[in-house]
Amino acid sequence: MKRRQFIQQTSASAALVTVGGFGLSSFSTAEKSKKITILHTNDVHSHIDPFGPEDGRNPNQGGVARRASLIDSIRQENPNTLLLDAGDIFQGTPYFNYYGGELEFKLMSMLKYDGATIGNHDFDNGIDGLFAQLPHAKFDFISANYDFSNTIMDGLAKPYKTFTKNGIKIGVFGLGIELAGLVDKNMYKETVYLDPIEITQDMTRILKEDEKCDLIICLSHMGYNYKNNPEKISDLVLASKSKNIDLIIGGHTHTFLSKPTIVKNSLGKNMLVNQVGCYGINLGKIDFYFDKEKNVTSEGNSIIV
Amino acid sequence: MKSQHLLIVLIAFLLFNCKQDAWQLHRIQGAQININDTLQPDADIEAFIKPYREHVNRDLDSMLSYAPETYSKSDGEFNTAIGNLFADAVYEQSNPVFLKRTGKNIDMVLLNHGGIRAIISKGPVTARTAFEIMPFENSIVVVGIKGSQVNELVKYLSKAKRAHPISKLHVVLNKDYEILEADISGVVIDTSKTYYVATNDYLYSGGDHMTFFQPEESLDVLDYKIRNALLDYFKTKDTINPVIDNRFIKLNK
Repeated sequence: MKRRQFIQQTSASAALVTVGGFGLSSFSTAEKSKKITILHTNDVHSHIDPFGPEDGRNPNQGGVARRASLIDSIRQENPNTLLLDAGDIFQGTPYFNYYGGELEFKLMSMLKYDGATIGNHDFDNGIDGLFAQLPHAKFDFISANYDFSNTIMDGLAKPYKTFTKNGIKIGVFGLGIELAGLVDKNMYKETVYLDPIEITQDMTRILKEDEKCDLIICLSHMGYNYKNNPEKISDLVLASKSKNIDLIIGGHTHTFLSKPTIVKNSLGKNMLVNQVGCYGINLGKIDFYFDKEKNVTSEGNSIIV
Repeated sequence: MKSQHLLIVLIAFLLFNCKQDAWQLHRIQGAQININDTLQPDADIEAFIKPYREHVNRDLDSMLSYAPETYSKSDGEFNTAIGNLFADAVYEQSNPVFLKRTGKNIDMVLLNHGGIRAIISKGPVTARTAFEIMPFENSIVVVGIKGSQVNELVKYLSKAKRAHPISKLHVVLNKDYEILEADISGVVIDTSKTYYVATNDYLYSGGDHMTFFQPEESLDVLDYKIRNALLDYFKTKDTINPVIDNRFIKLNK
């Protein structure tokens, strides 16, 4: 309910300023609904070429050139599309060993990725190795809970980024996994890991109240969930302990879901958690439909998965 | 009265207006699209990748050495030709690095059987061979441990009953898998002496339940990946000739 009141108040005060003009564009437009498409990948791990026909597990699947044509056709259908990656871009094929991630970043730039978060394997050539490849990335790295202040990456990752597509404002913030015990300290150096739950409270407040986003997305490399350690922070844990996030795009656990998971957040409101396996085998596609408020019945968002 | 009336109209308008103005999320639809050979590859992307792919493949497939036979980690019970090559290569390549850094020699090498991820096929040995048998990024570390811990290591090997790759260590078991002999380069293990054991960072951290590396007397991280040690080793050998020997055996007595 608060969300609705907030939107009404904002619109009302905006209208008061221009009262007398009555020339508000919303009166004349016939547009009844808007669609935002979010495309996403995770844990591509330097898989640039498709798996061969003889591969035991994923024959003939994946491949950046095929992903490019798929993304192109989706963008042609709906130009109001964002393309995001949830980390672990590096490591997994000799392309990484030979070129250190240069080709991965160049291709993601050609595919016009809008943002990516940082996975643990993105530190595999050290934080200096990640830094060295940044000139090849024409997209932003989004990470709110890695404090890079005392590292070479200082100021080079944004805690969040906002995008406006067809008048809908989308806020994206990034979260990474705890590096201690997972990555050699010599690799991540003075990167400080901050508590994801606390950071999420800050991020959702900023994106909702200050940035006034219509849609909030968390780009996470924390892992889908940990069955043997259910207390460990994961996407499912964060989803249930946070509010105002519409979608968590996950990575790290290479989880293949048959469909996105619907989770009740701390306010009991439904939201989505998704992850699309690994190696560029799948592309996630989530469509958000916005309607004029009079067409909406109370809080009921219908989620079709 | 009149102004009050106007105000109501104005408020009514504002309410109506804001209802019109606000966009509200009302439906979410999720799908997953499989990337497969039904999709036409993007020609520009394909053309961009091509020179990188050709360079990598040319390099990966260039011959570094020659294998007169096919070697598999299932060839032997307690030691295998490929495992012996693995451990000997790590010794040969990393001992000069360790000696230069510390003035000391590596006493022995221990790796894990599970760390050999592929066979070496008869024919040309290439960089691709090294990537296949060692796809992981593990690095060589040299751990200084007391002889008493080396004895724990030997006990581990006797219980594991697997051909974990070793070099310079010699272990003989009896028919009941009890330790008959254990020595390093022919000298019996001294429990109070410090031995320098080359292994990988995964095993040092307790991987494969190898809990005997910690607490350590010293730790030297060589910044040398196992795969790179194999690549460098292959480059020095015209033909590899690994054999099953008596470094780790079980007697029937």
